[in-house]
Amino acid sequence: MKAALLIAKRDLGTYFNSPIFYVLTSVFLLLYSFIFFNVLSLFSFESFRAGQLTLELGMDLSLNKMVVEPSLRNMSFVLLLLVPVVTMRSFSEEKKNKSIFLLFSSPLRLSDILFGKFIACMTVVALMILLTTYSMGFLVWYGNPEIGPIITGYIGLFFLAACFVAVGVFTSSLTDNQVVAAVACFGISLFMWLIGWGAGAAGKAWYGEVLQFLSLVNHLDHFLSGVLDTADVLYYLSFVSLGLFLTYQVLESNRWR
Amino acid sequence: MIEVKNLTKFYGPRQAVRNLSFHVNEGEVVGFLGPNGAGKTTTMNILTGILAATGGTARLCGFDVFDNPMEVKKTIGYLPENPPLYQDMIVEDFLVFSAKIRRMANKNIPEAADRIITKCGLNKVRGRIIEKLSKGYKQRVGLAQALIHDPKILILDEPTIGLDPIQIIEIRKLIKELTSSHTIILSSHILPEITAICQRVIIINQGEIVAEDSLEVLNSTMRKTESLQLTLRQGGNGIQDALSKLDHVLAVRVVAEKQFTIECKSNFHLQDEIARLALANRWGIVELKPTTLTLEEIFLNLTTEEKGVQA
Repeated sequence: MKAALLIAKRDLGTYFNSPIFYVLTSVFLLLYSFIFFNVLSLFSFESFRAGQLTLELGMDLSLNKMVVEPSLRNMSFVLLLLVPVVTMRSFSEEKKNKSIFLLFSSPLRLSDILFGKFIACMTVVALMILLTTYSMGFLVWYGNPEIGPIITGYIGLFFLAACFVAVGVFTSSLTDNQVVAAVACFGISLFMWLIGWGAGAAGKAWYGEVLQFLSLVNHLDHFLSGVLDTADVLYYLSFVSLGLFLTYQVLESNRWR
Repeated sequence: MIEVKNLTKFYGPRQAVRNLSFHVNEGEVVGFLGPNGAGKTTTMNILTGILAATGGTARLCGFDVFDNPMEVKKTIGYLPENPPLYQDMIVEDFLVFSAKIRRMANKNIPEAADRIITKCGLNKVRGRIIEKLSKGYKQRVGLAQALIHDPKILILDEPTIGLDPIQIIEIRKLIKELTSSHTIILSSHILPEITAICQRVIIINQGEIVAEDSLEVLNSTMRKTESLQLTLRQGGNGIQDALSKLDHVLAVRVVAEKQFTIECKSNFHLQDEIARLALANRWGIVELKPTTLTLEEIFLNLTTEEKGVQA
């Protein structure tokens, strides 16, 4: 584990010493902020109208339902777009410029290298997500949203992001081309996101429910509505483990080819 | 120190290494010689645990590469063909990172880094970003990375490839300095390099060892033909013809106006005949001496003969 942290620290150095992290984070925050303030202004417009009409209507307006949930749900989509850019370099670049040989010829376990890469990407993504909490601070300062669903929402987003990162680390272990790695990561992530749509087509067939369960985003909805269900947590953890397991297999099989 | 037995590696259907067996004693400097694609890099990647062999065993310092890769990796330093550098790092930070992943104790690292920076002549660039360094300096950083944990075995894959002549000489000098304290395997397809650095040479072609011996022994066994160098006081048109007509002479080449190289079969002592001829014709011998076959010629012989067999 110590070795994994060494590798993670070195990778983070690359992110922070180059423009990658700053550009990514700026783009991410700008997009998220745009979404957040649009959602917020819609809410204030609605509440203003409700105030003019009847009092009872205004009682239904919830900051959590109308601002927090949609903001976080849309943030997950921005993450889907940007996480592949974070993860694409992890193995691909090292393969390309051969620095991976340094790691492979050093007394490190493959799992150390793998966890190191995962931790580095995850740290970057987690930082990006954490920076968006300013918007929630804003809501708490001026309004009184329920804190619980905000916290579970963020926990859900971290889990979802971890899934994207696991997919990204996996695809970048497959190729030395960063663009291929990013596109493949985006493709797989988006597919796992949309897989729930198959449930509609499946109708009442048994696999409809399975597809529903496999979808990345359905589980996020539970977190966003403030429900912390072990089934959802287990789903995300299994997804991440599977991604890392596959990456390990790719690295190991590279030795034999 | 290094024991390799029947090492075999397939890349899909293609056999890159066939039944390679050799050993290297402690303190030896062994050269891997072979044309591009001979299997040198594959062998080195197997020895360093990066690749898994299809068959056979390799033991380094008593540890099997397959059963005990961690122990093996602690005792080796590896400089692959492209130095494995993180381009965005500062030289000194990179060396410290290399030391850490080699599991050196933290308290020994600054001292080791200082020592290696001085040894590899990196003092001037220790604070610079690797990306901005010249190719020669990058190679030195690569070498420093392989040396920082003071490994018993040093494996260098084409350490001078792509460098300019001055850089080549510097790197060779550096490697020569290391020969006293490390067991070294070095690969190259450039012969003078092997002659300059190594005590023993293993010649590989198409994944197989075609010759393995010290340079002197190789020189003598390979001398199926001899060549003599003749320098005369007089020049003349008939001289080349006259020499070619001697028995056992295979070819006569004109090196300079009054200088010839005579290729002849071994063990016929042609010096006497040539001297007699020169006396009779009053050419005036300045010098007549056997030239030893250069390793370059040996190498060409070995690989071309092998190719002949294969075809």
